[in-house]
Amino acid sequence: MPRGEFLSLLGPSGCGKSTLLRIIAGLTPPSAGDCLLAVDHTPGRIGFVFQDPTLMPWSTVLSNVLLPFRITRRAGAAERERALAAIRAVGLSGFENSYPHQLSGGMRMRVSIARALVTDPDLLLLDEPFAALDEITRLQLNDDLLELWRERRPTILFVTHSVFESVYLSTRIAVISARPGRISADLAVNLPQPRDRATRSSPAYATMCDQVSGALARAMGAYS
Amino acid sequence: MNRLWLRISAPVTVGALFIALWALTVWFFALKPYVLPSPIEVAESLWNDGRSLLGSLLFTLGVTLAALAAAVLVGGLIAVLFSLSRLIEISFFPYIVILQVTPLIAIAPLLIIWVHVLTAGAGGGDHPMIALLVCAWIVAFFPIVANTTAGLNSADRNLIALFRLYGASRWRTLWLLRMPTALPYFLTGVRISGGLALIGAVAAEFVAGTGGAETGLAYRILEAQYRLLTARLFAALFLLSLTGVIIYLTLDLISRQLLRRWHESATTGELD
Repeated sequence: MPRGEFLSLLGPSGCGKSTLLRIIAGLTPPSAGDCLLAVDHTPGRIGFVFQDPTLMPWSTVLSNVLLPFRITRRAGAAERERALAAIRAVGLSGFENSYPHQLSGGMRMRVSIARALVTDPDLLLLDEPFAALDEITRLQLNDDLLELWRERRPTILFVTHSVFESVYLSTRIAVISARPGRISADLAVNLPQPRDRATRSSPAYATMCDQVSGALARAMGAYS
Repeated sequence: MNRLWLRISAPVTVGALFIALWALTVWFFALKPYVLPSPIEVAESLWNDGRSLLGSLLFTLGVTLAALAAAVLVGGLIAVLFSLSRLIEISFFPYIVILQVTPLIAIAPLLIIWVHVLTAGAGGGDHPMIALLVCAWIVAFFPIVANTTAGLNSADRNLIALFRLYGASRWRTLWLLRMPTALPYFLTGVRISGGLALIGAVAAEFVAGTGGAETGLAYRILEAQYRLLTARLFAALFLLSLTGVIIYLTLDLISRQLLRRWHESATTGELD
């Protein structure tokens, strides 16, 4: 997987996409075999965004974003600046001192993304981060994520079960089949960058979505 | 505002009606004061014996609060110990349960003997208060241990994973994640323990029957019973209930203040 790539893992529920992310992050040991990935496990080199915002309800937005630094006791003035910059990057300036329960679902997810970005990770792992959000918020966050990726260029591994989302976001899509969990298709997405609303209505986007849907259906054993 | 007014006026009305019914019953059946004194006689007793009853109240309150403080300290410490080692937890938890389910009244005589022997051996004379304190503490510390342990173990799984991802030490996770998570559980435990400490202090005094220079409200109740001073018994009972209510309200207020910023049970009107 080349540096700076945006790879989506697309597959049906239960195919082990989330488990794969956790193995890559070093959170779960693989049940058999080894994880043959050159991943730097130094704390802060990997950012992780869960399906739920996973914030600490007793901490402010700023304090939540500072968490990676607070854990290792180096939350100084420079780190504070970085946290404020990350909060600005996800469009939450002015909410630094709000508590999570005062924010909407989409805003909480933004805080979660800011926290993952604050250490400027090389690898960003996102586990169906927008699955629980409404359509409007979801599209908005898709665009925001793309912009963050263009600016900072981390390698992104994005787990989703939405064909449209994966095509819109990724440079490459790995379709995974369930039982046994295998990569059944590896598709490059050559839609022009930067992508925006026009991308969604372009014929190339529709063709790609159709192609990916077919691959997904084959992975689920509907056609073959 | 209207609802607040109702919340105060409705129970007050019920109370007033109850007292009126009580007075009416005593008058109608011409009940003897030692069977059921009228509310006025109770109020008189409260006024006349107020000074000495207040002294007893302070004694009981002292035992209760000291026991509660000890329960918070020791209970919290045990819970932290349990959360750090699963082995310690499964080894010791059953015995804490045994200590809890054995009726306090049954343990109290034993404790009184021991404390008597210990304090006499130390040459410090007799300290009935210490026996009462130990009894009240035994009753009070269990809810704090049980609740806090549950709280420390119920931190969000994903947050725990995140802490590991960022290389958090066990102590750092305890301090930044497990302890804040456990705070509401702990405070619920403290609220329950506040009531239990009072029960423990009174029950222990019934058994110990101090009778020395310092006596608590429980002993005053026994005394009033022996002398058929039922009005005084009621007055002491009233003071005990009042103490329990005040302890509960105080702990509830502290708990709300601590959780005001973030916890669902203490916040009103969420934005989404």
